[in-house]
Amino acid sequence: MNVEELAERVRRSDPDVVVARGEALVSVDRERLLEALKAFRDDDELRLDFLSSVTATDWPGRDPRFRVVYELSSTERHHRLRVKVGLPQDDVRVPSVTGLFPTADWHERETYDFFGVAFEGHPHLRRILLPEGWEGWPLRKTEELGGVDTRYHGAFIPPIDKRTT
Amino acid sequence: MAKRARGDALGTDDIPATDIGELSAAPTREARQETMVINMGPQHPSTHGVLRLLLELDGETVLACEPIVGYLHTGIEKNTEYRTWQQGVTFVTRADYLSPFFNEVGYCLAVEKLLGIEAPPRAQVLRVLFCEMNRVASHLVWLATSGMELGAISVMLYGFREREQILDIFEAATGLRMNHAYVRIGGVVMDLPEGGVDRIGDFLDMMPGRIDDYEKLLTKNPIWVQRNVGVGPLSAADALALGVTGPTLRAAGSSADIRRDEPYIGYETYEFDVVTRDAADCFARYEVRIEEMRQSLRIVKQCLDRLREPGPVMIEDPKVRWPAQLEVGPDGIGNSPRYIEHIMEESMEALIHHFKMVTEGVSVPPGEVYVPVESPRGELGFYVVSDGGNRPYRVKMRDPSFSNLQAVPQMVQGGLVADVIAVISSIDPVLGGVDR
Repeated sequence: MNVEELAERVRRSDPDVVVARGEALVSVDRERLLEALKAFRDDDELRLDFLSSVTATDWPGRDPRFRVVYELSSTERHHRLRVKVGLPQDDVRVPSVTGLFPTADWHERETYDFFGVAFEGHPHLRRILLPEGWEGWPLRKTEELGGVDTRYHGAFIPPIDKRTT
Repeated sequence: MAKRARGDALGTDDIPATDIGELSAAPTREARQETMVINMGPQHPSTHGVLRLLLELDGETVLACEPIVGYLHTGIEKNTEYRTWQQGVTFVTRADYLSPFFNEVGYCLAVEKLLGIEAPPRAQVLRVLFCEMNRVASHLVWLATSGMELGAISVMLYGFREREQILDIFEAATGLRMNHAYVRIGGVVMDLPEGGVDRIGDFLDMMPGRIDDYEKLLTKNPIWVQRNVGVGPLSAADALALGVTGPTLRAAGSSADIRRDEPYIGYETYEFDVVTRDAADCFARYEVRIEEMRQSLRIVKQCLDRLREPGPVMIEDPKVRWPAQLEVGPDGIGNSPRYIEHIMEESMEALIHHFKMVTEGVSVPPGEVYVPVESPRGELGFYVVSDGGNRPYRVKMRDPSFSNLQAVPQMVQGGLVADVIAVISSIDPVLGGVDR
């Protein structure tokens, strides 16, 4: 199945499909997410049974501001599909897909850790790479890289240009 | 070390219900009502870096295991958003530090896909060559450390000895033993040095015999066999559900290999076998990696044949190609004196162009791509987003070790604590890649 055929197949249930640079991308509403991923996984022609990764992108000033991105692939047919869910700034929640793809566990924790996306239904949603008790969501575009005061458990790290050795 | 009632420390919601049921049925369960919680790591010689495992033990039996990661988090993904596209290479290469070429190739392929360009054929051959040499080096580190952890110290010495020879080749070709930043957008930074092909050829002559030696030391070694056979089973179905790829998945009978399934940089034109085993235990993973080294050498041999024809190693487009020219001198890598003379003495236009390319870099059309490559540990994916500027908008690395580690609890629960060591080494995690 080439990418156009794949897009056509996906379009039957979810019309918002784009093919760009040889990759297929479908946008779905978060209410539809679980249903859509399950359908893609179980469909006889698609068989998108492997979830490579879950991540997000942050677009301040746009609506929806956040986009959660799921990379699906088929271990049997070797084709791929990217699924996107847009989330508004004031309601950054999306259902967890851990029930469909157990591997999503850590990937969703990482996305929560970096972007503050709340995955509803995740068995133990907490930070994974940053320490517990960290404040803020570092990969959001509104967070600076360095040069900001960092407070962590009473420790104080000055901005990068004010450090002395 | 503390004694607690079972389930106190880890929270029973982390432990799959089936495992608790099985363990409750064990006769020792009734006699001892206390379990012990210990931390293995983050500073432990057999955790491959700074992995921490929270283990709940009943005597020698592992009741629950929770891997805790993040000690090596350095914000590589965030950092790339603040640098030019070309500088991104120097960041991503440091993630999984045992497979730097794979990080570089994955990132550069993603950017090239966004730009709609392709590196010249010779550059693609060099990429394949260094990736496969890197795969051997990475598997050697796995072999050396695994051997050491299970008591085969001589294997550790041999593994690092041969790896050092590969790193010497990398150093001669790129100027650095690790973190090479050799693969660049549009090609590679420079061609092989004089005598490079012969030097790699000598290595190819030497290496197969050495791999045979490792096998002589290990394959029928009773201790090695007892520590690995039947230990840490993970079926292909479980592996896929948990996101496990690479040798661990292929040792469970799956033939998933991105080089074969979704070929990139010309892998479809090379002859090699995808190595699989069916036993799905630690020993099968050992067999797969040993054989993969041989297959990699086979690919390197084909690369050397193709390198006899000279050709460019970087695309010509001056709007993309890195303007500087580097050379490896007696004191390491540096700017070519001839090029410095050209921009400083001869051509003002060349100097302006050089300045603009180095400070502003290349602008990449808006869009997003996901490019997977087959790293020594599995599917290494780059999800790269551009908003049209001269810096990446988002670079997400799908590192295989990150996903593979999730399967550790599944493989060790119900087994012995000594098997945890064998299981961790059998999935070969690199924490630099896990934490990024």
